[in-house]
Amino acid sequence: MSGLISSSLARKVVMALSGLFLVFFLAQHFTINITSVIDPETFNVWSHFMGYNPIVQFALQPVLIAGVVIHFVMGFALELQNRKARGINYAKYNGGANAPWVSRNMIWSGLVVLAFLGLHFYDFWVHEMSYKYVDILPEDPTRYHAETVAKFAPFWRTVLYVISFVLLSLHLWHGFASSLQSMGVNNKYTPAIKKFAKIFAVVIPLGFAFIALYHHLNPITY
Amino acid sequence: MKLYLKIWRQKNAESKGSMVEYTLDGIENDMSFLEMLDVLNEGLINKGEEPVEFDHDCREGICGTCSLMINGRPHGPDSRVSACQLHMRSFKDGDSIVIEPWRAKAFPIVKDLIVDRSAFDRIQQAGGYISVNTSGRPVDANAIPIEKELADASFAAATCIGCGACVAACKNASAMLFTSAKVSQFALLPQGQVEASERVLNMVRQMDLEGFGNCTNTGACEVECPKGISLENIARMNREYLSASVKG
Amino acid sequence: MGVLDSKIPSGPLADKWTNHKNKIDLVNPANKRNIDIIVVGTGLAGGSAAATLAELGYNVKTFCYQDSPRRAHSIAAQGGVNAAKNYQGDGDSVYRLFYDTVKGGDYRSREANVHRLAEVSTNIIDQCVAQGVPFAREYGGLLDNRSFGGVLVSRTFYAKGQTGQQLLLGAYAAMNRQIQRGKIKSYTRHEMLDMVLVNGKARGIIARNLVTGEIERHSGHAVVLATGGYGNLFFLSTYCMGANVMAAWKAHKRGAFFANPCFTQIHPTCIPVSGDHQSKLTLMSESLRNDGRIWVPKNIEDAQSIREGKLKPTELKEEDRDYYLERRYPAFGNLVPRDVASRAAKERCDAGYGVNKTGEAVYLDFAAAIMRYGREKALTSGMKNPDDATVRQLGEEVVEAKYGNLFQMYEKIVDQNPYKTPMMIYPAVHYTMGGLWVDYNLMTSIPGCYAAGEANFSDHGANRLGASALMQGLADGYFVLPYTIGDYLSDDIRTGPISTETEEFDAAEKHVRERIEKLLSAKGEHSVDYYHKKLGKIMWNKCGMARNEKELKEAMKEIAELRKDFWENVKVPGSADAKNQELEKAGRVADFLELGELFAMDALDRNESCGGHFRDEYQTPEGEALRDDKNYTYVAAWEYKGEPSKAKLHKENLVYENIEVKTRSYK
Repeated sequence: MSGLISSSLARKVVMALSGLFLVFFLAQHFTINITSVIDPETFNVWSHFMGYNPIVQFALQPVLIAGVVIHFVMGFALELQNRKARGINYAKYNGGANAPWVSRNMIWSGLVVLAFLGLHFYDFWVHEMSYKYVDILPEDPTRYHAETVAKFAPFWRTVLYVISFVLLSLHLWHGFASSLQSMGVNNKYTPAIKKFAKIFAVVIPLGFAFIALYHHLNPITY
Repeated sequence: MKLYLKIWRQKNAESKGSMVEYTLDGIENDMSFLEMLDVLNEGLINKGEEPVEFDHDCREGICGTCSLMINGRPHGPDSRVSACQLHMRSFKDGDSIVIEPWRAKAFPIVKDLIVDRSAFDRIQQAGGYISVNTSGRPVDANAIPIEKELADASFAAATCIGCGACVAACKNASAMLFTSAKVSQFALLPQGQVEASERVLNMVRQMDLEGFGNCTNTGACEVECPKGISLENIARMNREYLSASVKG
Repeated sequence: MGVLDSKIPSGPLADKWTNHKNKIDLVNPANKRNIDIIVVGTGLAGGSAAATLAELGYNVKTFCYQDSPRRAHSIAAQGGVNAAKNYQGDGDSVYRLFYDTVKGGDYRSREANVHRLAEVSTNIIDQCVAQGVPFAREYGGLLDNRSFGGVLVSRTFYAKGQTGQQLLLGAYAAMNRQIQRGKIKSYTRHEMLDMVLVNGKARGIIARNLVTGEIERHSGHAVVLATGGYGNLFFLSTYCMGANVMAAWKAHKRGAFFANPCFTQIHPTCIPVSGDHQSKLTLMSESLRNDGRIWVPKNIEDAQSIREGKLKPTELKEEDRDYYLERRYPAFGNLVPRDVASRAAKERCDAGYGVNKTGEAVYLDFAAAIMRYGREKALTSGMKNPDDATVRQLGEEVVEAKYGNLFQMYEKIVDQNPYKTPMMIYPAVHYTMGGLWVDYNLMTSIPGCYAAGEANFSDHGANRLGASALMQGLADGYFVLPYTIGDYLSDDIRTGPISTETEEFDAAEKHVRERIEKLLSAKGEHSVDYYHKKLGKIMWNKCGMARNEKELKEAMKEIAELRKDFWENVKVPGSADAKNQELEKAGRVADFLELGELFAMDALDRNESCGGHFRDEYQTPEGEALRDDKNYTYVAAWEYKGEPSKAKLHKENLVYENIEVKTRSYK
């Protein structure tokens, strides 16, 4: 088993699995978030469920955090190993001739997304934690929509979110399909699956950006 | 045509190398890239300088010996050729050409543009074969019919010439395309099934020991491979590896 | 018998090999562990021999000048490998393969060896399939065959246009398995510079580590030379750049006889020379002659217009084309043996019908095949009355599936699309049938020194048939040499390790060092290539496709002069104690400058035309080769006597008991 973890292929698989898990999480996250635009009531109900269900809070949430941590720690480790594998750099290296920019710069799109996660955690998760466990305020199943919309009032935050979603899209554009390759998926369905991955990579981040912009442009005025 | 060359010169493995500039005139379209270097070297020898050493042998794109990074691309700008089949008609008068050796920690430089690719041999030695005695009496060649499609796919993987362009092109200097081509050749044939698990585990282990980077699926290797070895082989190897690991 | 004992076993031809195997001495497995064998060259013959010897239990050391055994030039063989499997049920048999090979070789090969080759040919295919060599298959899953020049059956197994590559990688894989087991120690980027004899037996080699320049001593109980042919003598050839005769020539100078050096194969379908800068020639597989038709313009004016670029070949009407092979040889047409096809091309070009700038090219045209295949394809896919464009399209697809990689290679080199305009081809030096003289056991005239594959002379006579080189290399390496060597080594089980700290090794190493020193200290007027190109010109013009007494004598004189000039004036930069490609080349060219003279002398001795050796003086009124069986049915084995021109001729008379010696006719 230790051999498995030190092997380059196993690391690829770890990257792929954690990535796929995060892709799944994104889909779930997006499904809830889009209700904030369509129907604030539903959004409140689901958000409350996610915030107070013990399974979500004490089982799924740690798994998610672990997934994120594994994905970026492994990503860094691989990046360092890969840079070392070149040894001396080329005086002239025309990487653009044989591979798309996104695939060669996953570390940068990933870092932006990671930085964004910091902000996002600060905005929502830290807020939730202090609401529930520091200030110990009472449960209020109706507060989520208003709080969310209020977050997008500042222009700078909306812009940062939108930029991050663009980078997330780039990251997914390569990463989603790539994770399937790493898992060894290759059969007659592969082209269709890869197409789906590309559509996902565009639609989901675009949707998140839309939500952010929507709330920025439609502040609650009561 | 007249060309401005920048070539990596390095005396031996230990010494420090540098880029050296040369101007070369009278190059014709019909010349191959290596013949252009022959002209350069003839000039250097006549001036009493040491010629630029580069690996080459068959000069017809099959032995896989030539290994030049030309203007930032392995084997140069033309597709599906090795450097020996690249012709000067791909360049024009006044061009600058940067020529470097493959760069990878696993491919240490021997001299000038020559690198040591014995890491590839060691990967093959770790399991790139079917353990059948040559001195034995195998069954008749037609005893096991093999689906044409499989035989063709196996052949396509087996056409790898081991030049190392995949490693040179990959931003991670990964040898996955090379290794997976051999794994695939045998994984696709019934003869190769018996040792399939052991083979993939051993070859990947050796590949890692040699210090190659990790595949991030950029696809650069497939684009630069002079034989067009497909990325599908890497997927196949990943699959083989996973199932072999699970089987333990 | 004289000094040459071919050791051909007695008994009926078909039983010779089996009986021989049953009778020769073997080395028991425990004793094999105490015996070291040096194998120089790791192509098909060397690689397969090394792997098999190691499997049998011997300790093997392999040497190759390339950076990996996988790069040996066997890899470049395109067309296929022959085997008498008769899978096509077209009447093939071991006897027919034997007969075709002897006839193709123009009755200048040794019957017993060729029959053995035909016998073991079938094992090769079984062996390679078991090793995972991906041969081409039919839709039913069985192995596919194609036909080749000089024969009337389909017995050639192939892997697209890369058969040599696949077979070599198979042998390389078998070697790798033994390297992993520790039974083979592989020395890459090493070149054998001399052979060491102890008490008259081959006991080791002196090799140079090409990376560090170090001179190394290696000992063994036997030395196997599988170092390929010497076609680079001609400078321009289809050989790889590094191919050389160093090992064989050193063995020759130490006592191994060199047989039939003048038997050289000039391959008819190569890409023509484009200019003075040319460093090598590229072969287009002979399999192309299955579907391509060879022609030149019928009228010399048309040829001239084509050369000047005023006329395109596709514009020339059918009746204005001369399909000269079909005209001269109706029975075999475009599939005549290589020597015949090459000479016919030269004859047309010399007569002024050549079609490229230099006038040294003929057309190989696929238009007819494309249309034929296209119509067939249209029929099988149920199209009624397809138009010409559709038929051509379909036909091009079929041709692409068959020869795609070759067409692509042609287009890359010549910059013309062979689907739309005929290919241009011209003969080029491709293979040498001559080589070290060996007996039935593949041992040279030095005890303990063996030669396998193209390095020996034994199987192809005066001309090799297509797809037979791969067959011979693997037959020697997998199935012959590993057994016959036991007969010799059985006397060595008590010898123990051979020391390299002996006078003989001292002397050989000293000799090697002096030679390197001499090369580096020459005055330095001209580069090594300058001499190599000059030698090539002499060889091509005077010892090429057609030879005559006057020019051969001139060639001998010119080569001797060039050699003298070389040793005085060659310029070799760099030092001996580092990687030095010029020094490597210099050593090889120095050998060629000696061999070239022997080559011409051998051609001069052979007052007849046979196979690849054509003497202007000996031809029929129609220009066909005129053999002299009465006086020249022998192998010319040359013994070194201090100078190439002083070599002493030994004749091994060839006896044909099972085959009637006839005039070769492909009409």
